[in-house]
Amino acid sequence: MPPRMLPEPTPETRHFWDGCKEGELRLQRCTSCSDSYFPPRPFCPKCGSRDVEVYKASGTGVLWSYVINMRPRPDMGTEPYAIAVVKLAEGPVMMTNIVDCPQTPEALQLDMPLKVSFAKQTDDITLPLFAPAGA
Amino acid sequence: MSWNRNSVAVVGAAETTKMGKIPDVSVIGLHADAALNAMADAGLKPSDIDGVATAGISPVELAHYLGITPTYADGTQVGGCSFMLHVRHAAAAINAGLANTILITHGESGRSRVGAGGWPRAPSSLTGQFEMPYGVAGPPTMFTLPVLRYLKTHGLTPADMAPVATIQREWAAKNPRASYKDPLTVDDVMNADMIAWPFTKLMCCLVTDGGGALILTSAERAKDFPQKPVYVLGAGESVETPMVSQMEDFTSSKAFRVSGKKAFETAGISHADVDHLMIYDAFAHLPLYGLEDLGFCKPGEAAGFIAERNTAPPSDGKKGGKLPLNTNGGGLSYMHSGMYGMYALQESVRQMRGIAPAQVDGAKISVCHGVGGMFGASGTIVFSNEA
Repeated sequence: MPPRMLPEPTPETRHFWDGCKEGELRLQRCTSCSDSYFPPRPFCPKCGSRDVEVYKASGTGVLWSYVINMRPRPDMGTEPYAIAVVKLAEGPVMMTNIVDCPQTPEALQLDMPLKVSFAKQTDDITLPLFAPAGA
Repeated sequence: MSWNRNSVAVVGAAETTKMGKIPDVSVIGLHADAALNAMADAGLKPSDIDGVATAGISPVELAHYLGITPTYADGTQVGGCSFMLHVRHAAAAINAGLANTILITHGESGRSRVGAGGWPRAPSSLTGQFEMPYGVAGPPTMFTLPVLRYLKTHGLTPADMAPVATIQREWAAKNPRASYKDPLTVDDVMNADMIAWPFTKLMCCLVTDGGGALILTSAERAKDFPQKPVYVLGAGESVETPMVSQMEDFTSSKAFRVSGKKAFETAGISHADVDHLMIYDAFAHLPLYGLEDLGFCKPGEAAGFIAERNTAPPSDGKKGGKLPLNTNGGGLSYMHSGMYGMYALQESVRQMRGIAPAQVDGAKISVCHGVGGMFGASGTIVFSNEA
């Protein structure tokens, strides 16, 4: 199996990936308009202010939407897997995979509560995956 | 300066000589074949063209390959609706005097991959960092991502998308150049191979080779060309996000809404004026989003609208629907090389010329709506055959 495709952090996103490595889901919010946003950038996409801060998010959310890829990408193994979007408690949505859960339409119900589950890939990269909140 | 209705017209339009599987022609060759066919259609030579626009390859490659020396070049590349944007920009450019005769081309070796480039997603890009690591594998796993939220919001099920495919197959059956013409049932669609749940193979577009080209000039000059002019009545465009996971609303495309509204406003038309509609259908949910975001249906009502045959051709002695949609068979049954927008435009032009294989009798206004990327961009053109 080829190695999993992994992100290459940039200066603007480094805090997010460092957070995952340290077991924290880090979001940003605007100190002017209080908007929380994702993906990372050094200004608020709502009002344009550069006065933004990084904070530790709750790591909880709900399953917002997904597909189950029946033709796995070679680096993802041989079994079908869900490509999901979680709507975080703080508002933003992010793509992820769902772990500790069968990858079936029956098990994956929209709006089910999820919590972050960090999956170390390399010394530099840990991916924020999500698991059912009760698991 | 404001939008100038019907001041610019399509005077040349053609697809590649062959369509479907073309293993003996490269990407640039498909551009050139379509361009030469469109020039023949308009009675023009490369030396008569002074503006070029294309996506997929650079307008520099196109101009050099065809021997054109342009005073206008548009390389707008926003995915499959790039050509709608090219038409809009060309209309503005002709009115502004930047060029007189603009050639827009598309060519893609989607199936045979002859001379085709890759689909790069740098691991440092936003998509590379925040989508690729989760196993996305191209459009079938990305474009489809919002649909479960759409279905749940409106109390629908995946089977409600199936009539999009079956009814477009009815249109394809009337088109000799369509890739697939055999009748389809809802069961056929639902029982086809699962590609990315809830999408079966028959809810996904074809992967084919082909191309198309358009030539635009001023309405004043258009009268002297051999073909019936097809006027650009209105146009709109917008972009939203390079990441489908970051769409503002999973049940509606902001780019569709903005582009469509602008197109209707500039054309000065209402929905009741529309005789013929094309909505780029890379996947079966796109006509649902399109019908709703363009304002033809209320949110959640498009699937029922299609199932009730409002967009269908005449069948078994029954009259056709009031809003003929994707009358070439669409990306689901006609062809889809990768950037399908050009084929939607070609069908609108054929309908306005009155020469489409499944001609809508008396059609005077055609709306052609495109999507680019995965709900990333949009372009909408309103055509008319009356000056």
